[in-house]
Amino acid sequence: MSKAVLMQGNEAAVEGAIAAGMRFFAGYPITPSTEIAEQSALRLPQMGGKFIQMEDEISSIAAVLGASVAGMKAMTATSGPGFSLMQENIGYGVMAEIPCVIVDVQRAGPSTGLATSPSQGDYMQARWGTHGDHPMIALSPSSVLETYTLIIRAFNLAEKYRTPVIFLMDEIVGHMREGVELPNPNDLIINRRKMSFHDGANKECYFVPEGEYVPRMKPFGQGERYNITGLAHDISGFPVNSNEIAGKLVTRLLDKVDKNVDNIVRVEEYAMDDAETAIVCFGGTARAAMSAVLAARAEGKKVGMFRPITVWPFPEKQLLARLPQLKNILMVEHNHGQMLLEVQRVTRCEKPVHFLGRVDGTVISPNDILAKLNEMEGAHHAE
Amino acid sequence: MPSDLIHEYMRIDHLPQIWCPGCGNGVIMRDVAVAIQELIDDPEYDFDRDDFVIVSGIGCSSRAAGYLDFNSIHTTHGRAIAFATGIKFANPKLNVIVLTGDGDCSAIGGNHLIHAARRNLGLTVICFNNDIYGMTGGQYSPTTPNGDKATTAPYGNVDRPFDIANLATGAGASFAARGDVFHAKETTEIIKKAILHKGFSLVDVYSICPTYYGRKNKKGDAVEMLKWQKENLIPTARYYSMSEEDRAGKKQIGILSFNDYPEYTDEYAKIIAACSKKAKK
Amino acid sequence: MSNRYEMRFAGSGGQGVILASVIIAEAAVISGLNTVQSQAYGPEARGGVSKAETVLSRDKIWYSKVTLPNFLLALTQASLEKYTREMADGAIVMMDDSLTMPADLDPARVISIPILQTAKEKVGKAFTANIVAVGAINKALQLFSDKELMEGVKRHIPAGTEEINQKALAEGAALISDEQSAAFAQKIG
Repeated sequence: MSKAVLMQGNEAAVEGAIAAGMRFFAGYPITPSTEIAEQSALRLPQMGGKFIQMEDEISSIAAVLGASVAGMKAMTATSGPGFSLMQENIGYGVMAEIPCVIVDVQRAGPSTGLATSPSQGDYMQARWGTHGDHPMIALSPSSVLETYTLIIRAFNLAEKYRTPVIFLMDEIVGHMREGVELPNPNDLIINRRKMSFHDGANKECYFVPEGEYVPRMKPFGQGERYNITGLAHDISGFPVNSNEIAGKLVTRLLDKVDKNVDNIVRVEEYAMDDAETAIVCFGGTARAAMSAVLAARAEGKKVGMFRPITVWPFPEKQLLARLPQLKNILMVEHNHGQMLLEVQRVTRCEKPVHFLGRVDGTVISPNDILAKLNEMEGAHHAE
Repeated sequence: MPSDLIHEYMRIDHLPQIWCPGCGNGVIMRDVAVAIQELIDDPEYDFDRDDFVIVSGIGCSSRAAGYLDFNSIHTTHGRAIAFATGIKFANPKLNVIVLTGDGDCSAIGGNHLIHAARRNLGLTVICFNNDIYGMTGGQYSPTTPNGDKATTAPYGNVDRPFDIANLATGAGASFAARGDVFHAKETTEIIKKAILHKGFSLVDVYSICPTYYGRKNKKGDAVEMLKWQKENLIPTARYYSMSEEDRAGKKQIGILSFNDYPEYTDEYAKIIAACSKKAKK
Repeated sequence: MSNRYEMRFAGSGGQGVILASVIIAEAAVISGLNTVQSQAYGPEARGGVSKAETVLSRDKIWYSKVTLPNFLLALTQASLEKYTREMADGAIVMMDDSLTMPADLDPARVISIPILQTAKEKVGKAFTANIVAVGAINKALQLFSDKELMEGVKRHIPAGTEEINQKALAEGAALISDEQSAAFAQKIG
């Protein structure tokens, strides 16, 4: 008998998070993410951890931020409508530099949309959902096993950079079951936020040494005393009305991600070495894309897959590195063209960028992609 | 000693505070600081300063968190109780005190207030209730009396007001009380009892806002407004000795409801214990 | 899209077709096959259309959904009519015998058996219909050993219900003749 077990994507998100040290979950039921709350409610007390069902998604993310301030690795999970409600406090987490993970199992929108149908329509919201200029890290898994391993990375990045990380799932992966053999816990790399050695009142809790980007305060209740606010603040954590200090703060927050982009960005490339056409996709869409790449390769077509695993920041350098060899790009995603805008921006449309999308809640199939590739070929020959 | 209190428990480099002359909020903040100080100093209890966490939302009231020299977090509008829920549940040994306002906790944060009351998680919520949105310049709030004026109620307020202490009681709060600025000593005692209370506690403290509410409604200056509190807000013992007739138009100051419902983090700890016992088997 | 064995399970909400699909997938994992299982459902917990899919392969499975099923289990007339319209050549249909077989189906590829009745009368619990179906499916298609299948069932049922589920599997298997097994047995590529 195989050691593998059948596991659902949503379940893997919980098991991975627990392996990463998540011991606090606050959430509100919403399809198609609800299994994450249910599994957390079941598993966390077994690990000495805590689950609470809040009155809405706004309080869920607030409780998660509160728990993180008190020193716990904390997570919430939701879908589009709830993700919209969370946005203000996600921005608070960015501004106050509070690590946490927010899982968004995307479903078809806008509004209540098609509650049980897949979509990737929150890609731009993940980046720009909260107001003001801010950094954002978002990761997107394409299999059940990757859900497990990648959510560990989400926690690691959240802790390392003291910022909320969006774990951008979709219904395809969230509700999919696959056989997985989980890694040995001893082989996992688990980060913990760096902490100061300060005791008593700390008037420099947001101090960051030259060349670094992340402050190091202790959690509340461990002997260091300081203030946290969502207002523009100085290194003491107190509100200031200085444009200079506010500008420096926001710049440092943005630099946290911008200057560490090589550490944060991960891409999966398949059959890209000699590819002339790159299928760009992320999350559950990669399943159909891989099937299409294999089928196209079987017909001798030089097609490869370029899959951002880190979807924010977008892997600019990696895509540009492939650009010279490409004749064209096909962006495939379950929305009306959101990552498409990033691909167009980064490549400056130096090569034709084609698009295959869906907004009706159905799943793009390998045949849909193959048909699009044929159409592109026809258009190319006609030129 | 007030000056000792300020040096010991307030962040003097951030004073003077931003509140207007005559505002009642400074008195309430002092009541909170005195209550905490007396509990820390009382040999009967084992309170550690670093175990206090002050959580606030947005509004005039919520600036108080920054002036108090404890762990403090000034959160988003309406969400202080929800942040506090996460802090307290994550680390139940912390004494989590929420400083909020009438708009913050009963309008935008009203849902969190009633659910926190229902859950009975051991937070202490102090509402600085001044019947108006002060920070944004005098708009009517859920506690502005019917008929009163505000910048958004130029012809008089059509809404009927909440009584926040009664609202919390109705939502199942195990401790709900009312205090005010005039009866500072009594209010301090109530706040102490609220902090000592194991479950969720709410103290609705009537503040005064001479700048907006008072001026808009011709209530006079701060002294006049305090005089109104003196005459119309009646501490419990005296309130109970009054006839039904004499009570008309007056409100009771004191603990209005009290229950020893099981506290949330205690109950959850039992679940964790049961799960780990099962796992050991 | 070769080397994939695509199975679709359809019925109304509450009949447990999703669980049937999950158990087949679990048994596949136990037996060392690759599998991807997924489902689509309406907002209703009971009633409405419920559809689940399990893909089996010895190779890595990329695309997770069924494109043209090689096997269909249908427990309601509506799902039978809807999902027999698009199937792979030579696909096998297992249907409850209380349903009316669509005229365009090849009877030689249809297994019409009393799943619902067997659950109700022989096993004694109507809600075991999905497990009866799983027993019948495995006997017909010869996918897994009895041990692998029972282990797959065990991982998804409440403790203490092993006996009745074991019985349901056996009663389901008993609905399939050895000749049918010989005719419908699958070799997963």
